[in-house]
Amino acid sequence: MKNNKLLANALFYLLVLIMALVVIFPFLWMLSSSFKTQVDIISWPPKLWFEPTLQNYARVFEEQDFLQYFINSTIVGGLAVVFSLLLGLPAAYTISRYTQKKLAIFILLARLMPGISFLMPWYIIFSRLNLMDSYVALVLSHMLIALPIVVWIMASYFNSIPCEMEESAMVDGATRQYAFLKIILPLSGPGIITATTLSFIFSWNNFMFSQVLSMEKTKTLPIAVYNFVSYAEVDWGGVMAAAVAIMAPAIVLTMIFQKYVVKGLTMGAVKG
Amino acid sequence: MFQSSFIERHLRLLFPLPALIFIALLMIFPILYTLFLSFTNWNLTSGAPLSFVGLRSYARVLTESRFLDAIWRTFYFTSVAVVAETFLGVAAALVLNRAFVGKSVAKLLLLLPLVATPVAVGIVFNLFYDPTIGLANFMLKTFGLPQGLWISSANSVLPSLIIVDVWQWTPMITLIVLAGLAGLSDEPVEAARVDGASEWQILRHVTIPMVMPVILTAMILRLIDALKTFDIIFAMTGGGPGYASETLNILGFKYSFEYFRIGQASVILVALFLIVFLCSLGIMKLRASSEI
Repeated sequence: MKNNKLLANALFYLLVLIMALVVIFPFLWMLSSSFKTQVDIISWPPKLWFEPTLQNYARVFEEQDFLQYFINSTIVGGLAVVFSLLLGLPAAYTISRYTQKKLAIFILLARLMPGISFLMPWYIIFSRLNLMDSYVALVLSHMLIALPIVVWIMASYFNSIPCEMEESAMVDGATRQYAFLKIILPLSGPGIITATTLSFIFSWNNFMFSQVLSMEKTKTLPIAVYNFVSYAEVDWGGVMAAAVAIMAPAIVLTMIFQKYVVKGLTMGAVKG
Repeated sequence: MFQSSFIERHLRLLFPLPALIFIALLMIFPILYTLFLSFTNWNLTSGAPLSFVGLRSYARVLTESRFLDAIWRTFYFTSVAVVAETFLGVAAALVLNRAFVGKSVAKLLLLLPLVATPVAVGIVFNLFYDPTIGLANFMLKTFGLPQGLWISSANSVLPSLIIVDVWQWTPMITLIVLAGLAGLSDEPVEAARVDGASEWQILRHVTIPMVMPVILTAMILRLIDALKTFDIIFAMTGGGPGYASETLNILGFKYSFEYFRIGQASVILVALFLIVFLCSLGIMKLRASSEI
C-alpha cells in the first residue's frame, strides 16, 4: 500500500519533470546556442559542453542598431498602452456598471478579427497621409491590440468592485465621474497592472503590423530579429542572441507580474 | 455645474464614446474599405487607376487552386493544432491539479511559451529543424529513427509547424483549465468517492463534465487564434517550400504586400474575415444558448 503510493508519487513527479523539460527546452537551447561560436553551433553531434562566448551579443548590438529598435518597441508599446488605458478605462467602467453587453462584444471583435483585414487598408491610408514609418501609425495600430485587452480585463475587474463604493459617495453629492476618478480608479491598481502588463507584452511581440507599417526609423524588435535572419541566414549565434534579447523583457515582466498575467490570460474564459 | 451634470446624465454614452470612435475608425472603416476594394481590380504596381469590375476579382480568386489550397491548409492546421492542444492541455491540467512541491514554478514555466515572441520562437525552431545541424534530426538519429526534412519538405512542413504551435499554445489551455478546476467545489467528487467510484470513474463522470464549459471556452479561444496564425509560419517558411505552408493569412499578406494586387488581395481578406467572423458568431451563439 505504502509502496504503491510512493510509486504513484514518483510517477507524478516524473510526468511533471517531462512536461517542464518540454516547455523549457527550446529556451535553454536558444540560450546555450547564443553563447556558442559558429563552429560549435554547426558541429555535429550538437555540443553540450562548450566554451561560452559573448561575441554573438556583441555583434548583434554593435553591428545592428538594436538599442534603437529596443527603444522603438518600448515607445510604441508604452504609448499604445497609455492611450488604450485612457480610452479603455471609462468604456470598461460603463460596460460594467450599465451591463453594456453589445458594446463589450463590439470592442472584443477587435481582438477576434484577423489583423490583416485592417492592415491592408491602413497601409493604403497611412501611405496617403504620409504616415508610413511614423510612430503615429504604429501606435494607432498597436492600440487596436491593446484596447480590447484593457477593456476586457478592466470590465471584469470593475464587476468585482461593489457598486456601493461609488454610490455612497454619490449620495453625498459627488458626481458619478468624480466617484469613478477618485474612488473606483484608486481601487483598480491590480486590474490596471494586469491590463498594462498583458497588453504591453502583446504589443511587444506583434510582428505583422510593424512589419508593414514601420521601416528604418521606427523599426521594432521583432522586425529587426526577422530581418537579421534574412540577411544573416548562416549566423545562427547572432540570431539566437537576438532572440534572447527580444524575449528577455517579456519574460522578466512575466516573472515579476506572474500572478497578474495568469489572471489576465484566464479570466475571460473561466468567468464566461 | 451644468457641464458636470450633463456629463453625468450622458455618462453611459460619453464614457465609451472615444473607444467606440477609435474602433469605428481603425477597424470598421478599414474593413468596409477592404470590402469596397474587393470589387475593383486595383493593382498598386501597374499604376493604372482603380476601376470597378464587379465580382470579377471574386470569380478569379475563388476559382484559383492556390486560394482553395490555402483554405484547406488553414482548416487542416487549425483543426489538428487545436485538437492536439486541447487533449494535451487538459491532460496536463488534470495532472497538475493537486498541491505539490514546485507547483508555482511549474505554473511560471507554463507562462513562458505564451509570452515568448512568436517570430523569435519560429526562428529558434528553424535551427531545431535544420536537417543537417538541427537537434530534431540528432534526436531521431539517437533513437535509431530515420531522419526527416521537417520544414524543408512539402510533405512534413505543416505537421512541423503544427508542433511549434502546439508547443507554444498548449499551456494556454492548461492554465485556463487549471483555473477552472480550482473554481470547482469538492462536494461532487467527495460524494462519488463515498459511493465507491474509482478515480478514473470520478475523472470521467464527475470532474471532466463539470469543467467542460471551461474546456470548450479555451478551445474556442485557441480556434479563433489558430485560424489567424501568421508569425511562426511567415518567419519559418514564408509559406514555402513552394506554396506548401501557405495559409489564408499568408496568402492574403503576399497578395497585399508582395504582389500589391489590391483587388484580389481584398477578396482573400474578405474570405478570411468571414471565416473568422462566422466561427466567432457561431461560437458566441452556442455559448449563449448553453449558458442559462
